[in-house]
Amino acid sequence: MNSFNKVLIGIAFSPSLKSNLFEAIRLANMFEAQLICVHVGKKTHEKDKELANIFNEADETIKKKKIIWSEGKPVDVILNTCITENIDLLILGALQKENLYLYYVGSIARKITRKAPCSVLLLIKPSIERVPCKHIVVNGLKDLKTKETIETAVYMSKKLNCTKITIVEEVSQSEIHVKVSDDKSLRKATIIKERIKQREDFRVRDILKNINTENIKIISQSIFGKRGYSIGHYAKIVRADLLVMNAPNKTGLLDRIFVHDIEFILSELPTDVLIVK
Amino acid sequence: MVKENKFKLFVNHIPQNLFSGFVVSLIALPLGLGLAIASGAPPISGIISAIIGGVLVAFLGGSHVTISGPGNGLVIVILSAITTLGNGNLQEGFIYTLAAIVISGALMVLLGFLRMGSLSDYFPSSAIQGMLAAIGIGILAKQFHVMLGILNIKGNSIEQLRQIPNSFIELFTTNDVSILAAGMVGIFSLLIMIFYSKIRNRYFQLIPAPMWIVFFSVGLYYYYFYLSSANYPFQKDQLIAISENVFSNFVQPDFSKAYQFEFINIVIGITLIASIESLLSIKAVDKLDPLKRRSNVNKDLKALGLATMVSGFLGGLNVVTVIARSSVNVNNRGTNKSSNFFHAIFLLLFILLFTSELRKIQLSALASILVYTGYKLASPENIKKTFQIGSEQLLIFLITLITTLATSLITGILAGILVTFIIHTLINKSILLFTMNVLKPNVLMYKESGRENNYYVSIKNFSSFLNFNKLKSKLDQIPENKDVIVDFSLCDFVDHSVMENMNSYMESFKRKGGNFEVIGLDKHGTNTSHPFAMRRISLFKKVYKKQNLTKRQKSISRIAKDLNWNYETHPQKDFIQLKDFGYFKTQKINSITNVVSTKNCSLFDVEFSEGELIAKQVVRATMFYTKLHKNLPEFTLDREGIFEYIYHFTGFKDVDIDNHSDFSKRFYLSGTDEKSIKELFTDDLVLFFESNPYYHVESNGLGLLIVGKERLASAKEIKALTDFGTRLEKIITKC
Repeated sequence: MNSFNKVLIGIAFSPSLKSNLFEAIRLANMFEAQLICVHVGKKTHEKDKELANIFNEADETIKKKKIIWSEGKPVDVILNTCITENIDLLILGALQKENLYLYYVGSIARKITRKAPCSVLLLIKPSIERVPCKHIVVNGLKDLKTKETIETAVYMSKKLNCTKITIVEEVSQSEIHVKVSDDKSLRKATIIKERIKQREDFRVRDILKNINTENIKIISQSIFGKRGYSIGHYAKIVRADLLVMNAPNKTGLLDRIFVHDIEFILSELPTDVLIVK
Repeated sequence: MVKENKFKLFVNHIPQNLFSGFVVSLIALPLGLGLAIASGAPPISGIISAIIGGVLVAFLGGSHVTISGPGNGLVIVILSAITTLGNGNLQEGFIYTLAAIVISGALMVLLGFLRMGSLSDYFPSSAIQGMLAAIGIGILAKQFHVMLGILNIKGNSIEQLRQIPNSFIELFTTNDVSILAAGMVGIFSLLIMIFYSKIRNRYFQLIPAPMWIVFFSVGLYYYYFYLSSANYPFQKDQLIAISENVFSNFVQPDFSKAYQFEFINIVIGITLIASIESLLSIKAVDKLDPLKRRSNVNKDLKALGLATMVSGFLGGLNVVTVIARSSVNVNNRGTNKSSNFFHAIFLLLFILLFTSELRKIQLSALASILVYTGYKLASPENIKKTFQIGSEQLLIFLITLITTLATSLITGILAGILVTFIIHTLINKSILLFTMNVLKPNVLMYKESGRENNYYVSIKNFSSFLNFNKLKSKLDQIPENKDVIVDFSLCDFVDHSVMENMNSYMESFKRKGGNFEVIGLDKHGTNTSHPFAMRRISLFKKVYKKQNLTKRQKSISRIAKDLNWNYETHPQKDFIQLKDFGYFKTQKINSITNVVSTKNCSLFDVEFSEGELIAKQVVRATMFYTKLHKNLPEFTLDREGIFEYIYHFTGFKDVDIDNHSDFSKRFYLSGTDEKSIKELFTDDLVLFFESNPYYHVESNGLGLLIVGKERLASAKEIKALTDFGTRLEKIITKC
């Protein structure tokens, strides 16, 4: 996998600008990466000044930074910058429903997430002070991308000084071929589940063999539930600080109507989410 | 080997099942006849249904101790089917209805294949109660007149109810000896039904009440025939009509109306009621099963459907699983399917051997049995119970009841569902909560890793009859001898149907040696003190002065009682200095609730938040605190890998205890004063930690804080935590 050398953040001059930017600076420094800020809109003197002020206020100084002012449609501008600047990680802020502790991804950010050529980090609670990351949950789906995703999770945890990773193997209900209807089928299903669990654990262990996981406690947990949705629910229960997921293979219109995988997470963010491409 | 044992067991149990089958057949005979008559069908059709059902379901069904036969829920639907399809001609109507019965049987088979055994879970329980009550009133309203000997009653159920006083007047003013005698027999039989359970005589109780009525009724004939000089007072229309050669000329169904709208409507109604009645009965009977087996409801549906089809072709009524006869079966030590089979065989024998005696039974005697069953279905007890759960449940109940009586069963149950939904939206002041989330897979279940190996189920958003099937399908996958924790803390709203079902899960887990606990409801508000009352989280109101204790709170208070400790749900003052603990250094404590305390120790639920404003995350956890009388070094002790971040406390260093390398390997012990920590951790204490479950233990110099998991603990976990805490306190004070 690649390390994150170039980090992109889109800037809007909103009340959360400061916390978004602080978070981005911190992350970029942790990755030792270049921070690129894109603003869609005209460059004015006031905006420039405000930005400079925030950079001055930050505890950490950012070594390598670049500010791009560009006009056009936000989605296109950001996606194009990702390509032209060869970005590794795109940071987006999430929105919160009023009165409820419920976060979701706005329509523009959602579009970007779907089309982004690089990994995307969705932040639900950017803050000015650093909130330490203690627990990362990562998916362990049976998928070609999973290996890279787990590697990224380990990379993240090293960079963020996180010591605990839970690899969640989501097993879809249909894999247990037995339907539980009485004692006998229940016994059978329980045995099959145990077997699937061991198989999944074994698969994950196999992936971990080639990854250096020093000083990180790794647990694997298999859950039986709807793909994409259950892992979010799980991340919420264990109060994970970061959820790392595979990027979906492709999403068409049908995927948005019959919501699955990543779309569940986008409509109800359980915590910060990193989508690995 | 196992199979052989099973077979042996089956054979060994045959005698007692033979007996219970016999007792059940004693009830099934009068009930079968009575239900058929009440449905407007030939009396024998009820018996055919029971015989076919008993034989087929015994061989093909998936349940163990249930009895199948004609059901009381169907009486009203069949009666209205016969009158509408026959345009008043009962004979003709019955032939068309048989066709509807056959088709409904086919639909039930289909439901079984579609695994719709969870069908009854889609209906709010108060609406089902309302529907059953309406059926009860329907039966009672019609049969009361028959019981009084008045046979020519017309009109719908409500009018019939209103005419009951008239019928009484008619009975006492009539010149017709036949009516008067029938009325007297009816009233006397009703008295038998009512007082039967009050007479605690072993020999009297051997024979079920309905059979006593039959004995009395047939005995009257022989009394007049042999002993009395008076004439037999009953005319032919007051006696049941069973044709000669019972089984030689079966009535055949006529499918010619099968395409008509009203026919289809009737088929749907019959299928719905037959399925719901069966499913509810199977569920209820499973709780009585002495061998604690789980029924295969889908297999049972298929068997019942097939039996219904056969029964319909032979001129019999629907075959459903019936609760009353099934419980008699269990009470008489029925243990397997053979009792259902034997009950059918005995019925067959009765019909073949005693046809002429059966013809002597008065209609009024049978009607009294039905009046009693109808009353049981709609008893004021039920209404009272519903009201105790909540006034909104009573509203749902009454609307379903009245709509069902005034229109039809299907309209009634639909109205019930609609009203329930409207009430739920009004109470939550949000329709979005339901529409946005109804299709989401809101239930997560997994096995918690670690020693306990229990199942953890978390439910999000809302949980009501609309999405209960999702929760149910998860819960059904857990073996009942395991430990389960069901967490509703992410759920804003839990309705009465779900609460009731949680309770029945709790019972069945208890029966089978497991443990089923519901947590996360302590914050939800209720309107009444009933355990099944619906609960919702209120975002704005925080204080519930007269709060209804949840099951968890009740068990905590029980634990407190056992320990002789105090229990307070909402203590007035913060008496514990939690702030001094490293654990809470970065966290803000919102509230401490459910405090169980004695002089030095206390156990409590603490709600704290991490971060501020939008980064805020609210956590609830159960912890144990004990104050010590001597000064301790500050330290934290952790199992490898639970709370690594506690490491970051400033000034804390790792401490290795000499001579206990294994202990040092398994635990993270850290603190400021290495020397005194080493002194504190004597061999005894090290051994204690090594031989007990792992907890996070922390000392702030004055007291100890013990934390299990970072969530609310179940009652069982609370017990373990208190035990650990008190023992630890003793050991530490000693050394």
